[in-house]
Amino acid sequence: MNILVCVKHVPDTETAVKIGADGKSIQTQDVNFILNPYDEFALEEALKIKEAKGGEVTLITAGPEEAKKSLRTGLAMGADKAMHILCDESHDSLALAFCLAEGIKDESFDLILCGKQAMDEDNAQVPIMLADKLGLPNISAVIKLEIGDGTATAHREFEGGTEVVETSLPAVISAHKGLNEPRYASLKGIMMAKKKEIKDVSCTCAESGLEILDMAYPPSRAGGRIVGEGTDAVPELVKLLREEAKVI
Amino acid sequence: MKVLVFAEQRAGEFRKAAIEAICAARRLDGDGEVVAVVIGKGIADKAGQLAAYGADKILSIEHDLLDLYSTDGYTTSLQKAVESENPDAVLLAATAMGRDLAPRLGARLDVPVLADVTELSWVDGNLQAVRPVYAGKLMMTVKSNKTPGIATTRPKAFLASEPDQGKTASVTSFDVSLSEDDLKAKVKQIQSEAEGMIELTEADFIVSGGRGMKAAENFTVLEDLAKVLNAAIGASRAAVDSGWRTHSEQVGQTGKVVAPTLYIACGISGAIQHLAGMTSSKVIIAINKDPDAPIFKIADYGIVGDAMEVVPALTEAIKAAK
Repeated sequence: MNILVCVKHVPDTETAVKIGADGKSIQTQDVNFILNPYDEFALEEALKIKEAKGGEVTLITAGPEEAKKSLRTGLAMGADKAMHILCDESHDSLALAFCLAEGIKDESFDLILCGKQAMDEDNAQVPIMLADKLGLPNISAVIKLEIGDGTATAHREFEGGTEVVETSLPAVISAHKGLNEPRYASLKGIMMAKKKEIKDVSCTCAESGLEILDMAYPPSRAGGRIVGEGTDAVPELVKLLREEAKVI
Repeated sequence: MKVLVFAEQRAGEFRKAAIEAICAARRLDGDGEVVAVVIGKGIADKAGQLAAYGADKILSIEHDLLDLYSTDGYTTSLQKAVESENPDAVLLAATAMGRDLAPRLGARLDVPVLADVTELSWVDGNLQAVRPVYAGKLMMTVKSNKTPGIATTRPKAFLASEPDQGKTASVTSFDVSLSEDDLKAKVKQIQSEAEGMIELTEADFIVSGGRGMKAAENFTVLEDLAKVLNAAIGASRAAVDSGWRTHSEQVGQTGKVVAPTLYIACGISGAIQHLAGMTSSKVIIAINKDPDAPIFKIADYGIVGDAMEVVPALTEAIKAAK
């Protein structure tokens, strides 16, 4: 199977993000960027399918030059090659989906896997919008995936249960946590990744229909009150919950 | 102005988050028109109840192929309704269904979607929203320069008003033609969760456990407390990665972002990615052995101690107080 995995270069989730000088973006200096964790689930699944059925795994990202680092991470995990669409847009999912669709218009894939969302602006939209731009079906946020003969069956959770969804292939499927345990890159993988191809692809980004006006920190919490130690503090806590917080 | 709301239902029950979306539309739109769109099968007679929350007009789209949710069937139906009504904004609840449907609709109409918003307003006829980004570490104010403005509303961010049973609205049936071939991805089966399970993102109370719980079986003390409070169980990434709880219970940046009335963090130290997922809770209690744990800095009330001892005592005390 010929599988495409879409990835994004995002700030490490352990980072305390800070607002940039323009008040509309984040400070990027001294921030460690990583391969988006949800994309690792997508890549792991692609590698497992390749191991079972043969084929090739191609990575793609749309982003700045630095995003090549995440492509190298993915290549070290085991992807065969990568494509890089140099593009400054990172906010508007629709523009990004357009960009990705343009970038692969001369290629053909049996399956496109993505992380369910990028852990930067948490839009969770690109996989679904990309599917629409490509005229393909999508299954979003899956926790289990089985590939059949020209079909895929996936489990996706909703509030109160799980849907078992079947689709014809090709399709765009986005990965949720629970799908698998992503592998670590081996030393050999890291060495081999340096020799693998990253093809630069040009794309005219679509104009964004979104305008970011402001970034702010959420209201800070006035926490820090220690009621007491051990079980002795429980009666006082219950009293505070009833009389002060009025939540029970 | 005119706002169209997708009123999500499953098995004939409207989701609480969908009611919240209608109420959000009502407040956003003032004297304007709020149109609720209901998609499914055999749901028209239940659609009338949406008037009590502020819908002025209700469109009911029914079809055998719409009994269960499908991206293709529901997108086509909603798109037809939007094209017919020509609203200034379209709202959907940011649920599993809404998060799947809204981007497809946006792509079809070639307009961006403001995802998972917590505030909405009009600015010069454009839809503007505040939305948490970086799992709530920052709040972004963003405007859509396209019409209609599409947004998904975060569950519990918009309060549901008390229903006004005196209000009524006409339910108009809206026909959409669909064939089997239109649905490329189809739901084959629904596996329902056990009766009485409370969805984390909708829960008013959450009892959550972390690495300090030490073992899967120790979560029974949290389950006992959850039962008394009618709470959902949450877990930190450490607890999920240790295999003690399922990933669907994870709170934080790789899990769910929650905002309950009361969040009780037991044996959770408060990693930055966990705090991002729960700091908008109304009241936070932290129970942790380590007095220096970061969780205490954001908790309204902290008890320094072993959760295995403190939690059962808390359960008994709450039982007695009720």
